Amino acid sequence: MSVTPESPSQPIALSRRSVLQRAAIAGLVATPAAGLLAACATGGDDEPSTDNTGAVSANNPLGAPEDQPINVVIFNGGYGDKYATDVHEPLYKKAHPKSEVKHQSSQAISTLVQPLIAGGNAPEFVNNSGEKSMDFGALVADGQLQDLTALFDAPSVDDPSKKVKDTLVPGTVDTGSFNGKPYVLYYVSTVFGIWYSGKLFTDNGWTAPKTWAEFTGLCDKIKAKGIAPYAYAGANAAYYQWNIILTSAAKIGGADVLKNIDNLEDGAWKVDAVKQAAEAWAEIGAKYNLQGAEGLKHTDVQLKQNQYQLAMYPSGDWLENEQKKDTPADFKYQMLTTPSVTASDKLKSTALRATAGEGYVVLSKSKNPKGGLEYMRQMLSKAGGKGFTEVVKAPTVVLGSTEGLTFTPGTQSSQDALKAAGSEVFNLFFDGWYKDLDKEARTATNELMFGRIKADQFVERIQKKADEIKKDSSITKFKR
Amino acid sequence: MRHGRYPFIVGFLVAPVVLYAYFVLWPYVQTIILSFQQWRGFTAPRWVGVENYKRMLDNDRFWQALQHHGIILVFLPLITIAFALVFAFLLNVGGKSKGGKTSGVWGSSFYRVVFFLPQVLAVPVIAVLFATVYRPNESGLINGVLLKAGLDGPVGFLIDKHLALPSLIAVLVWQAVGFYVVLFSAGMANIPAEIYEAAELDGANKVTLFFRVTFPLLWDTIQTAWVYLGILAFDAFAIVSVLAQDNGGPDGATTVLGLEIYNNMQQNRYGDAATYGVALCVLSLVFAAFTLRLTRRETYEY
Repeated sequence: MSVTPESPSQPIALSRRSVLQRAAIAGLVATPAAGLLAACATGGDDEPSTDNTGAVSANNPLGAPEDQPINVVIFNGGYGDKYATDVHEPLYKKAHPKSEVKHQSSQAISTLVQPLIAGGNAPEFVNNSGEKSMDFGALVADGQLQDLTALFDAPSVDDPSKKVKDTLVPGTVDTGSFNGKPYVLYYVSTVFGIWYSGKLFTDNGWTAPKTWAEFTGLCDKIKAKGIAPYAYAGANAAYYQWNIILTSAAKIGGADVLKNIDNLEDGAWKVDAVKQAAEAWAEIGAKYNLQGAEGLKHTDVQLKQNQYQLAMYPSGDWLENEQKKDTPADFKYQMLTTPSVTASDKLKSTALRATAGEGYVVLSKSKNPKGGLEYMRQMLSKAGGKGFTEVVKAPTVVLGSTEGLTFTPGTQSSQDALKAAGSEVFNLFFDGWYKDLDKEARTATNELMFGRIKADQFVERIQKKADEIKKDSSITKFKR
Repeated sequence: MRHGRYPFIVGFLVAPVVLYAYFVLWPYVQTIILSFQQWRGFTAPRWVGVENYKRMLDNDRFWQALQHHGIILVFLPLITIAFALVFAFLLNVGGKSKGGKTSGVWGSSFYRVVFFLPQVLAVPVIAVLFATVYRPNESGLINGVLLKAGLDGPVGFLIDKHLALPSLIAVLVWQAVGFYVVLFSAGMANIPAEIYEAAELDGANKVTLFFRVTFPLLWDTIQTAWVYLGILAFDAFAIVSVLAQDNGGPDGATTVLGLEIYNNMQQNRYGDAATYGVALCVLSLVFAAFTLRLTRRETYEY
């Protein structure tokens, strides 16, 4: 574009003109850019990925296109991302040298991945975890997740005569299923219980209680020593405690109590088992709590335990790894299962809640979903599982992948407990399906455990929320 | 030279107006549209009419949040302005007058810095600081002292339902006061010294000076402060999000609309989040219109 003065005698008009023209150019440049940005606000339209398949072979049973890259997004939280860069990605590269692995990690998965999905650049493989994870229910309801049936039915890496699903801890496929279809691979074997210091207990001659009378008796002894017997962090981790209350409820009334809660059955929260469990734990909260526990965060409370000011703390088996830095060398984390509340409990006191945790998904609208599935298949090999456990010290759902590894005391103790539980292992899902219900349960748990409401009101108010959710047509429902 | 004047002006305006419309006004319109839709952020939004609004009006947390905005709206400006006025007065005209010249109390330039310091800290930083100040055990700043002094149990500043919101308002006041001290100081510097002098000659003491001279002549500045603080009262998201218990807890005792927007977004309910956003926008506009109406009053010429 040439700028020619209208007349040499009008320098002012010239400068105005050129200013105008520059403004116009700026406008032209800015507008399309603004259009692009504004378009992002409500996302693009669906673009179902074309059926992108490579040649099927023994090395590549899922038919992933060998020459196309995969994008891997790992949650950089408690487990870090070293297990991916040092173990899983090299395994995949070794099997498929022509396919490039593009690695990214983040502490806020939804912040990173959601715009990519909306912009049509969905990554193939996502470790959807952490506080800022994407809602699995919403992802499933919107058809963003790849059905994992093909993966679980594919021949496994180590033994092609065995299907992948037969090389995993039973229940793994179900845990990641929504209305009967597997969409999420939960990879890390997780056991829930009450944690204590082996050293503190041995030094004082205390033993793990099995009945409620033994439990309260022990709490009295601990209290007499000037140590707080039992606490959880009310400020941000009340769900650790509803988990314990519901574990007790399942032991009193059988595992179906939890199934009914998950399925939003009428009156599922108001059954006697839940009420009895709530009553029993409310008493513990009233009598044996740590000072100010309601206002403390989980890190504060866990630190108190490491300083021997708190005896027992409810958590999952990630606790030991999480506290690594603050734990005295001879602390010796141990786990006990919730004691039987009544003599007529349906399940034994050794029963426990175990699940597979840490969710991994393949996004169906990505360019190379088959590559994502193949990455998962490599992850589920014995080498993948063993490497993961070596790096993060947590057992995976891959059977036999922990052979020859020695565990830390805490993990050993929870693995022993899992073995002792035998077939009495249960799980619950409502918190992942209905976040609103989880929120209500957390709030109600604080109200109950810090003495502001009774067990009756506790079940009443959560039931009310569950009924609301059941009636709300905008929420996708799940069954198991 | 009238020729070409309008194109000239328009030329200047086009780019900013287009940018403003696209980046400010259009998102507003989009939000309003979104509030009538259900959208999880993955596939195209679905039109649901007023369903989101119905759900919002049925939600206890919405009414709780409104109530909290009301409380903050009354107390935050009142307390902040009261403190700021007193401090500004002391810093500027509270001291002895020398040779007819009024000055601040001894060390006022030092206090000015101290008062302003919280203003330069980011809200999350302040929230983390106050988490330690309020912590309900012996390692909390306040409770540590109280427990040493022989109190039976710690005070649950953020735990007690009746204390939680006032505790948060106290933090907001603590942070805001410094800025308004500076604002009012600037306003006071504009008040001619002769007026003070004349009043003092007539025998007015400090209290009279404050209420009869400073306050009326600062009315314009106070009005501005009121609007700013009112808008702050409609925000309050950051402090609640970082400092309060259990997401606006205990049991919703500190929740605000901003937090409800955030909670809905966290659950991928962008339509509902937009609905709360519209409610917040309407409330802020109503407040601004009201204040400007109510505080319209003659200004004093001097």
